[in-house]
Amino acid sequence: MTAKHDIAPPGAPPGAPPGAPAGPSTGRPSRRSRGLGTAAARLAFLGPGLGYLIVLLLVPLALVLSYTVFRRGRFGGVVYEWTLENFTRLFDPLYFDVVLSSVKTATLTTLAALLIGYPTAYVIAGLPRKWKTIALIAVVMPFWTNFLIRVYAWIILLSGPGLVNEALTGIGLIDKPLQLLYNQGTIVTGLLYSYLPLMILPLYAAIERLDPQLREASANLGARPARTFWSVTFPLTVPGVLTGCVFVFVPCLGNFVIPEILGGGRSIMVGNLIRDQFLKARDWPFGSTLALAVIAVLVVLLFLQAWASRVYGGTEGRRA
Amino acid sequence: MPRRRLIYVPFWATYVFLYTPIIVLVVMSFNAGKSPYVFEGLSLKWYGELAGNDTIRQGLVNTLIVAVGTTVLSTVLGTLLAVGMARHTRSRLLDALGLLPAVLPDLVLAIGLLVFYATIKMTLGLHSVILAHTVFGMAFVAAVVRTRLTHADTSLEEASRDLGASPLATFTRITLPTLAPGIAAGALLAFTLSIDEFVIAFFTAAPTEPTLPIVIYSMVRFGVTPEINALATILLAVSFTVIIVAQRMTRLTESLS
Repeated sequence: MTAKHDIAPPGAPPGAPPGAPAGPSTGRPSRRSRGLGTAAARLAFLGPGLGYLIVLLLVPLALVLSYTVFRRGRFGGVVYEWTLENFTRLFDPLYFDVVLSSVKTATLTTLAALLIGYPTAYVIAGLPRKWKTIALIAVVMPFWTNFLIRVYAWIILLSGPGLVNEALTGIGLIDKPLQLLYNQGTIVTGLLYSYLPLMILPLYAAIERLDPQLREASANLGARPARTFWSVTFPLTVPGVLTGCVFVFVPCLGNFVIPEILGGGRSIMVGNLIRDQFLKARDWPFGSTLALAVIAVLVVLLFLQAWASRVYGGTEGRRA
Repeated sequence: MPRRRLIYVPFWATYVFLYTPIIVLVVMSFNAGKSPYVFEGLSLKWYGELAGNDTIRQGLVNTLIVAVGTTVLSTVLGTLLAVGMARHTRSRLLDALGLLPAVLPDLVLAIGLLVFYATIKMTLGLHSVILAHTVFGMAFVAAVVRTRLTHADTSLEEASRDLGASPLATFTRITLPTLAPGIAAGALLAFTLSIDEFVIAFFTAAPTEPTLPIVIYSMVRFGVTPEINALATILLAVSFTVIIVAQRMTRLTESLS
């Protein structure tokens, strides 16, 4: 995300009162008065979208939050009696271990995506213009095909008689087919496959923006390529790294489809628990509490990201 | 970078990793045999089976209805919101709210809407999916249109207003035409996201009116069938076409402006 909208021109009032007179009459044109800035126009433009987001986003989220302190209804829904039971249950090892292992799976996937995504983005950024476009489209292409079908393809590839086992036996690496499906490695593979493009794109954007003169200067001053990379290139791309990590981590953490299809139901993640609480066990308050745990992890993550990008990219973000 | 050659290993590995499953899917969709693993000769029989599958056809129709509804709603609401946010107010809170649907895990939004629909006792159907998809569709349209707005020249709007045009006239005659490419891109994005969306649809659709991703989900859970390969190949072909057309269109509009 750019920070362009944060840059207010000098002299723009930080918050003119609603309905402040605007138009030619206000002498020196401030940024605010340039548009159609009457209160009525503001309401006409912002009203519908804001109203929609309040009713169909904020109210539902508030409902989920409030459900965490109530008792379950018999057939879904909620009985409005206070209880902290949902939270004591959340910290029951039976459930809490699932939350922890989901965080672990999402972290593993994010690291794997970074390891393979960074060099890829680096190479793409250095390609000639025409090939750059093609390489980027090729990264995004699989992303525009149905998510479920992409995951399903891995069943065909990894199953006993599948291509991977065939290839491994073919080159004599193994005697009999390996059990490649239905374990944590399979889930990480599926998640990585689904979200790798979300890592490569922000990394590419960050690397592409680098000034090549910085690297040249570092080389001219006698730094070896590895030294140049670790002390010049990498630190400057940290904001992109962080964005990519958040983009991958977030959809991994709440995922229930990939664990279900590729995990064989044995190694479930917190997403599966939440889904089951809502659609099978009909315990909406506990499902909401689990969802709150997911949100809590993400909020911590976003704070970490904001903090780290301030430490590393303080000047980078300002410039825009 | 440490070694010049070594860096090409992960680069090519990425593309092998991304495309092997897709190639296998496409090849196997033309398989004459029933096995999804062993190729037994060319045939179009799975495409025939697919054409006769009523569940899939109904799913496709439902998905298209949802996607069109979502696109229309998202485009109108998202464009207005983007203009409002860029021209009429400067609020960090509002920015955050506009971004929220894009960063919120889909599962959380899905259960939130399920709880909300249950609370107001709304019956589920295609309309509930459209309303749900519009939450994130609108956010993406607003984001795309806003990028264009921040790059756009405001002097035309100023001139229009200085010459006495009403806010409405300025908006329809100046702002909208300038934004048209951004709005088109946003609409396309909303449409594609809606077509492919599974989790939110899974929670907010009526069991009797599943969208295509929901149909695919139950097929995939049921087991491996070559029919899915045929469907995947068709969807791939459509995505390829859409991307190429979109690419051409952007180039065309760029050369025009």
